[in-house]
Amino acid sequence: MADEVILLDYWASPFGMRARIALREKGVKFECREENLRDKSPLLLQMNPVNKKIPVLIHNGKPVCESMNVVQYIDEVWSGKNSIFPSDPYQRAQARFWIDFIDTKVYEPADKIWSTTGEVQETAKKDFIEALKILEAELGDKPYFGGDNFGFVDIAMTGYYSWFEPFEKCANFSIESECPTLMASAKRCLQRESVVNSIPNPDELFALALKLRKEYGV
Amino acid sequence: MAERSEEVKLLGMWASPFSRRVEIALTLKGVPYEFSEQDIANKSPLLLQSNPVHKMIPVLLHNGKPISESLVILEYIDETWQNNPILPQDPYDRAIARFWARFVDEQLMEKELVGKDFLGGESLGFVDIVATLVAFWLMRTEEVVGVKVVPVEMFPEIHRWVKNLLDIDVIKKCIPPEDEHLNYIRARMDSLKLKSV
Repeated sequence: MADEVILLDYWASPFGMRARIALREKGVKFECREENLRDKSPLLLQMNPVNKKIPVLIHNGKPVCESMNVVQYIDEVWSGKNSIFPSDPYQRAQARFWIDFIDTKVYEPADKIWSTTGEVQETAKKDFIEALKILEAELGDKPYFGGDNFGFVDIAMTGYYSWFEPFEKCANFSIESECPTLMASAKRCLQRESVVNSIPNPDELFALALKLRKEYGV
Repeated sequence: MAERSEEVKLLGMWASPFSRRVEIALTLKGVPYEFSEQDIANKSPLLLQSNPVHKMIPVLLHNGKPISESLVILEYIDETWQNNPILPQDPYDRAIARFWARFVDEQLMEKELVGKDFLGGESLGFVDIVATLVAFWLMRTEEVVGVKVVPVEMFPEIHRWVKNLLDIDVIKKCIPPEDEHLNYIRARMDSLKLKSV
């Protein structure tokens, strides 16, 4: 019996992008179902009743929620090709630590950069850059956070890399001038085949940000 | 030639449930470790060096290499010492365990315990270890403050789960003794009251 893999997703979500990239890295055939976040499908509400959020991976009818759980699950189930996680427990712990850092210290200011103005936005910019600099120090001179290989932390960051250009435009700053080596790694990630097929055009993301800003009266 | 023993050291705090989680996992696996009580008001050079990003406990040092964040530490312990597994073997079950562990860190899920002795199913698992935070700290704070945040009438499953937990030797060894803990909580409450005056 063939595997049935469905991804409940939203095109602009950095978290959805992580799941798409992981599935494509592994060459898994999947059906992507786009959700309207303002009118969530009965399937989404049934598969993720707790948070009601995307992405949700439905594998042979069973749901997996939370983007990093989804990526770990994908790596464990389709373990033959393109390992996402290192095999050494200490390196795995380091990867998990940095995911936790990204999902708190990068996520919170990132969310404010495109959706606010004035002092709130300025503080968010400062916090965002500070977090990126810490990540850049961790990256060092490696091509990827995973070393020579595109890995877990890189996948987590790539969702945000796709939003870098819209952030810069919304808040009028240059990420590259603050974090050049991180940007070099970002560019490398953005060129990978699995990524190119999984992320939207930055112009489309910027258009979405502008539309939402107008709606929020920002 | 004598075998070099593994060096396991935990930078923690007596009263921190995050620190206790790690102790439960290590004790469950029978891993000998050295506990080093940290003073958060006056952070040690070792703590600052081992967790420069967050400067917080718990930090596990395994042969000198630091691991931070309690849930990350729990997974590391489970992968390194493979007896008495904490996480299930099946990838789907693991994904579920990870989801609920994170959820517990934010809030309580009374419904999950219906029909089960432990959040992990048949035996003490990942989510149970993480959730001891809720069980003991809330309930002991209730005793001190005199307000029932988790009343047994509304949360019968949680009370049943706590009773099950208390029967386990590993848990009994790893939670702070009741009297000392209650005194600690009272002292903290008093100092907080003084600050807000």
